[in-house]
Amino acid sequence: MSELFQAVEAPANPNIPELRPGDSVRVFIRIKEGNSERTQEFRGTVIRVGKGGNNANFTVRRIASNGIGVERTFLFKSPRIEKVIVERHAHVRRARLYYLRGRTGKRSRLKTKFTA
Amino acid sequence: MIKGLLGKKLGMTQIFDELGVAIPVTLIEAGPCYVTQIRTVGRDGYSAVQLGFEEVKPKRLTGGELGHLKRNNLPPLRFLREFRAEDPGVAEGDKITVDQVFAPGEKVDVTGISKGKGFAGGVKRYHFRGGPKTHGQSDRWRAPGARSSGTTPGRVFKGSRGPGHMGNRRVTVQNLKVVLVDGERNLLGVRGAVPGPRGGLLMIKAARKQVVRSVE
Repeated sequence: MSELFQAVEAPANPNIPELRPGDSVRVFIRIKEGNSERTQEFRGTVIRVGKGGNNANFTVRRIASNGIGVERTFLFKSPRIEKVIVERHAHVRRARLYYLRGRTGKRSRLKTKFTA
Repeated sequence: MIKGLLGKKLGMTQIFDELGVAIPVTLIEAGPCYVTQIRTVGRDGYSAVQLGFEEVKPKRLTGGELGHLKRNNLPPLRFLREFRAEDPGVAEGDKITVDQVFAPGEKVDVTGISKGKGFAGGVKRYHFRGGPKTHGQSDRWRAPGARSSGTTPGRVFKGSRGPGHMGNRRVTVQNLKVVLVDGERNLLGVRGAVPGPRGGLLMIKAARKQVVRSVE
């Protein structure tokens, strides 16, 4: 049964690296406006990575103008995602960084993790 | 060719269409089915095709069932169901696969046995609103309220909605769009949900009520 589910699974996007909670990322999304297509960037922190075949997703949180937090969830397998760039990793101690929602300014910083 | 097939519900997932939109899909292991018998007006009073699905060990079936299948040299099959068809277009003993019957974009009706919910109250079964939760009320949250009027008629009309057994009955979902057909894997994907648990038997037919768009 599971192999039949894998049969309809979309191929993994080679332009999405492995993501972890706390990563600072830039997500490039293809957006269709009328007949033209353009790429939009969404930049922020990964606060959640969800698994589940075609439904595998990750949520990125960013602080928009006036300090308003904006979260957007992307599907890993969506053909609309052009690429994802990881700018840096952070040292975090949990899988779901929901505590960032209650924090602003300096308190919402994460410790950068330096990897060789 | 008859537009019908037996299948087994595998479960739900989502796939992406050409625009990149994720669409909810139920996967069905559809077929291969065998034509076990053809009913004709002359002999049976109606015309239909009897299909068989899911091979099993011979000891799972009764002698009569085995004998019925043996007439056409068919393997032992767990399920036999009939589909009405004026013009069958198939012969007894034929093997039918999904890609012969359905194509992406078509509309189908899917019939199954819904999940049993046991003896359910009116709130769950018919979406009654229940009673007030506050203002000093107790024991009235999910009460059905009044069943009927007063002295006249002095009884509850038959067929009135109320608590009772819910689910575990035959349910048909109409006009589901076929989004995926894989003849090699006997896989059929329809947009939306279908009745029953995973592993439940489904009857898939061409949609009876096609949406008719008005001609401008």
